Amino acid sequence: MANMTNLYDSSKCTACRACQVACKNWNQLPAVIEHFTGNYQTKESTDGDTYTIVKMTEYEHPVDGIQWKFAKFQCMHCLDPECMKACPRGAYSKTETGATNHDPAKCIGCQYCTNVCPFEVPKYRKREDKITKCTLCADRTAAGLKPACVTTCAPGALEYGEREDLLAKAAERVKYLQMNGFPNATIYGRTELGGLNKIYILTDSPDKFGLPVNPQPYGQVNFWQNWVQPYFGWLIPLALAGSAVSFVTTRMLANKHTAHDAEHGEGVSE
Amino acid sequence: MTNHMIDLKNTNCALIMGSNMAENHPIGMKWLTRARLDPKRKAKIISVDPRFTRTSAIADIYCPMRSGTDIAFLGGMIKYILDNNLWHKDYVVNYTNAAFLVSNAFDFKDGLFSGYDEAKKAYKTDTWDFQYDSSGKIMEDPTLQNPRCVFQLMKKHYERYDIDTVCKITGSPKGKYLEVLKTFCATGAPDKTGCINYAMGITQHTVGSQNIKAFAIVQLLLGNIGRPGGGINALRGENNVQGATDMALLYHNLPGYIDSPSNIDAYKDLISYIRKTTPGAAKLNFTNLAEFRELVKAGIPYSGWKANTSKWIVSMLKAWWGNAAKPDNDFAYHYLPKRNDTKNYSHIAIFEAMYKGEIDGLFINGSNPVVGGPNANKEQDAMTKLKWLVSLDLWLNESAEFWSYPAWERAVKNDKVPHHTPKDIQTEVFFLPAAAVYEKEGTAAQTGRWVQYRWKGADPVGESKADLWIINEIGKRVKKLYAGSTRPEDEPIVNLTWDYDNPHDKEEPDIMKIANELCGFTPADNKPVEGFAKLMDDGSTACGCWIYCGCTTWKDGKMVYKAQNRKKDDPGGLGLFPNWAWCWPVNRRIIYNRCSVQPDGVTPWPGDDDRRLVYWDPTKPADTTKPDVLGTWAGFDVPDFIKTTGPDKPAFKDPFIMRGDGKGALFGSQMPASSYKEGPFPEHYEPLESPTGPIINKVVVNPAAKIWEPEKIGKTDQYPIVATTYRVTEHWQTGALTRNLPWLAELVPDMFVEISEELAREKSIENGGEVIISTIRGDIKALACVTKRFKPFLINGKTVHQIGMLWQFGFKGYATGDIANRLTPHIGDANSMTPEYKAFLCDIRRA
Repeated sequence: MANMTNLYDSSKCTACRACQVACKNWNQLPAVIEHFTGNYQTKESTDGDTYTIVKMTEYEHPVDGIQWKFAKFQCMHCLDPECMKACPRGAYSKTETGATNHDPAKCIGCQYCTNVCPFEVPKYRKREDKITKCTLCADRTAAGLKPACVTTCAPGALEYGEREDLLAKAAERVKYLQMNGFPNATIYGRTELGGLNKIYILTDSPDKFGLPVNPQPYGQVNFWQNWVQPYFGWLIPLALAGSAVSFVTTRMLANKHTAHDAEHGEGVSE
Repeated sequence: MTNHMIDLKNTNCALIMGSNMAENHPIGMKWLTRARLDPKRKAKIISVDPRFTRTSAIADIYCPMRSGTDIAFLGGMIKYILDNNLWHKDYVVNYTNAAFLVSNAFDFKDGLFSGYDEAKKAYKTDTWDFQYDSSGKIMEDPTLQNPRCVFQLMKKHYERYDIDTVCKITGSPKGKYLEVLKTFCATGAPDKTGCINYAMGITQHTVGSQNIKAFAIVQLLLGNIGRPGGGINALRGENNVQGATDMALLYHNLPGYIDSPSNIDAYKDLISYIRKTTPGAAKLNFTNLAEFRELVKAGIPYSGWKANTSKWIVSMLKAWWGNAAKPDNDFAYHYLPKRNDTKNYSHIAIFEAMYKGEIDGLFINGSNPVVGGPNANKEQDAMTKLKWLVSLDLWLNESAEFWSYPAWERAVKNDKVPHHTPKDIQTEVFFLPAAAVYEKEGTAAQTGRWVQYRWKGADPVGESKADLWIINEIGKRVKKLYAGSTRPEDEPIVNLTWDYDNPHDKEEPDIMKIANELCGFTPADNKPVEGFAKLMDDGSTACGCWIYCGCTTWKDGKMVYKAQNRKKDDPGGLGLFPNWAWCWPVNRRIIYNRCSVQPDGVTPWPGDDDRRLVYWDPTKPADTTKPDVLGTWAGFDVPDFIKTTGPDKPAFKDPFIMRGDGKGALFGSQMPASSYKEGPFPEHYEPLESPTGPIINKVVVNPAAKIWEPEKIGKTDQYPIVATTYRVTEHWQTGALTRNLPWLAELVPDMFVEISEELAREKSIENGGEVIISTIRGDIKALACVTKRFKPFLINGKTVHQIGMLWQFGFKGYATGDIANRLTPHIGDANSMTPEYKAFLCDIRRA
C-alpha cells in the first residue's frame, strides 16, 4: 500500500493550535498546566502527554524585519526510522501505510529511542513507564477517517493523502510561493533522512521554523542496528578473543606506534 | 460586513487593520490565504498593528502603527490616492457624492469643523450640508473642479496628511508605510478589488466611528465597495453579535436599526415619529398615514429606501401588540418605551448610573463586566450598590462572584482603588445555569449577515437551560403578574403578544413561532410575508424585524425557515452560496452590488468580467405575471436595487439605496440628521490619554467625546507608556468559557503582557518574570513576554514605548490572572460610546 501522510503548509498555518487540542481530545491526553515562560509556544517540545505542538520561532531578518514562523511539530514517521533501529524490544514497526507504530505492550521504557531520534520526539511517560508519541491516528485512519489534527485544521494548512500525491502538490505550491513573495520557499521531508512521512511546505529555510536543516542519524544507532544486534550471539566470544589478542599485541606494537599512526592517517586521506 | 467571509477569496489585496484576524477569525483567514494562492488573484495580505501578531506572521507586509492613530494612517492614504491619481474615476464620479457642492457655511479650522459649541462640547450640524438649486435638487459638478465640491474639499482637508507628518504621528517606518500605500492603493485599478478587514482595534477608540468612516472614504475612492473581493468588513467578535445588533442590542435602535423614540416632542406620536425618522419627511405637510402614503407614492426627494420606515415601525408594533395595535390608537405606538433624550444608556453610562446608586438590579446574560468592562475596578464597585444581580452563564464567572474575597484581591495596595469584603456587600446574587451553544437550537447571524440555523447536538447538562427557554419563562411569568390589571400604564405588558409555547410540549418554546413573528406574517392567515417590499403600514402585516423579512416562506402547506437551507450550489463560482442559510437583506450576499457593474448597468468593469454580480437585462420581465413589461435587474446575487429601475429612471446610477441621495458618502452630511457627531471628514485626534501633544491640528482629544472622569486622565509624567489590550486565539472573550477548559488553559496558562526588548532592558524586566502595570485607575500583576515583535515608536522625534496585554484573565477557572480592564478608562466613542480599550497610558515595573 502507498504511504499515507500529512501535508503541512506554513503559508496557511495561523498557529491557532487547534491541532494540539484535537490531538489531546482524540488521544484522551490530560492537560498539563504549567506556568507561562515568556513564549506563546508554552511547551518547548512534545512530552509524554503532548504528541504534537506548534513551534513558534521569532527572528529578525536584516531586510524584512521581524519574522515569526510556525511549524507543526510531531513524530515525522521517518521512512527509515532511527527509533525502530534502536529499540531493543522491537516495540517500533512500520505500518503498511508508512506510519511508525509504537507498541506500548512491548515497550520497557528504556528511552533509547528518545535519545536517538534526530527530532527528539518520542517522550517518556513516567506514570506508565512507557514511551509515547504521535500515531498518525492509526486508529482513525484504519476506520477511514483523517487524522484528528487534519480534520480540525481551521485555516486548511493540513491535508491528508498519499505521500507521492502530496509531494507533487507541495512541489507545485512551493514553486508558486517562490515566484510570489517567498523566494526561499522549500519542501521539507522529501529527502531528509531518506524521506519523512510528514511533508512540509515551508515559506523559508527549515532553521527559521526551528527544524533541523539536514537532520542526521546518530552513528551509534547504525552500528547497533547493522552490526551489533544481528550478530549479537557470536560477537561476544569474538570480542573476548579480540581483547585477549589485543592484550598480547599491544605490547608488541608499542614500539611501532609512530609508524602505525602515519600509515593510518594516509589511509584516511585516501 | 458589506461582503462576507467566503468572498475574501475573491480579493486582490486585504488590508487588515485593527484586527488580529488570524487569531480571532481563523476561519475567515482561510479564505484570504486561498486568495493568495489563487493564480488569478495573487492576493497580498497587509497587517497594520502596533505589534507583530500571528496575522502579521502570515501576511505579506507588516507595518507597525501606534495605537489610536488610524485616522492619520488612513488620511495619509487618502492623500496618496488623490496625489497619485489612483482613484477609480468612473466609480467616484457616478457612485459617490464627490461631485456634490457643499454649503458655503461649512468650514474646518484649527482642528474644528464649523458649528462647534464650546460650552456644550458638541457640534451643531446644520452647516454640514450641500447646496440646493431652486427646485431643491443638490447642485453638482461632475468635472470635480468646483472648489466647493466634495472632492476638492476632501483634497484640501487631507492636504496636511503628508507622509512625514503621518509617520510622526503613527510612528510607522516610512518605507513600510509607503509599501502599504503602494500595495493597497493599487486596487484603485478597475480590474482590481481590495478589502479592509477590521475589528475592535478600530472601534474601541474615542474616534471609533470616524475610523470606519475613513475606511469608507478610502474604499469609495478605490471603487472597492459593492464588488466581490472588496468591502469594509467588520469582523464580529462573537458568532451572534451581528444577530444581537440586528435585534436592537444598541439602546438607540429598535429591531432592524430603526430609531428608538425618546421623550421629546418629535417622537410624541406615530406621525411625529415617521416625520422625524423618514429622510426628507420633515419638510412635508401631512397629518395622518393616508396622506403620508400618498406622498411616498409621489416620491419623497432624497429619502432613499428609508421612505418605507412607516411600514417597518407599524409592522413591528403589530408584531408586538397584535390586536391591541389598531389604526385608531397609532398601532399602540404609545406603548413603546421612550428613553430620556438627555440620557445615555450605553455600557459606560449604565455603570456610571449604577455607581451613583440609580440602578437596583442587573441581569447579565452572555457578558462578564468584572473582566470585560472598562475601568473594571469602578464597575465592580458599582455592582456592590445593586440590590440584586442575575447572572446567566455556563460557569460561575467573575461577575457572578464579584462579591467574593478573591474578587477584591489586588496586586498592589492602592488607596485609590475601592475595596470591599463579602460582609459589606448586600447585593443578592442569583445564578441561572445556561446551556452551551451545542446544547440548544436556533439561529445565529454571523459576521457576513448570514442567518444560520443550528440544531442541538447534545442535551444540556444538569438543570441548565437554553436562553430562549429562560426568556420565555420570564415573559410568561411577568405577563401572569400583570394579568387582569386595568391600569393604562400596564397595557404594554397586558396586551403584549406572548404565545411562544410549543403546542406539543408546553415546557419548551416553539422556535418556528418566533421565526414567524420575527420574519413577518399576515395576521389574517398567519402566513409569512415574502420580503420587506411587501410590508404595509396599515396593520395588514406584522414583522418583528423588517430586515429579516423574507427569511420564511410558505411551501407545501407549511412554513419553511430559510435559515435551515443547506444546499451547496454556487452559480458564478464567487462563493455566494445563495441556498446555504439565508442572509439579510433579502438574501443579498454583497450589499451595494450595483457597483459591481459600470454606470451603464450592463458592462463589467474593464478586465473584471468574472466579478460582475448583477446587471440590467432589458430583454426579461421583472415580474413573470407581467411578461410584457420588459427590463429587470438580474445576476448571481440578489440585486441591491428595485428590480425595475432601468436607465430611464433617475435612480439608475444610485447604488447606495439606504442613503437619501443614493450615493456613497465621501462627505458625511447632516442628512440623515445626527448621523455623525464629529465632522463630515474624519480628522485625527489623539486618544484621551496620549503620549504626545497635538501634531496635525490644535485640538488634542476628539472634541465631541463625552469625558466621564476628568480627574482620572493619566499624564505622561507619571504614565509615559502607551498600552493596549487584546485577545489570543486560545481564549475567548472574557475567558469564562475557555479558562474553564483544561486543554485551552494549558495553551495560555497565565496573564501576560508583551513588551519590547528595549523597554525590558530599560526597566530590567526578564522574559517570563513578574511585572506590575499601573494606570491612574489601578494596578495589575502579569508575567512578562519580552519579544522582538513589539518595537518602540518614534513619535514626533521622541521615543515612545507601547505594551500590550490580554484582557481575558480573571480569578476563576483553571487559568487565572489579573484583570487588564482594571486599567482601562471610562471614555467612549462620541457616537457609539464604545469604550476606548485600545489606547491609554500606563507605567510598568518589575514586581
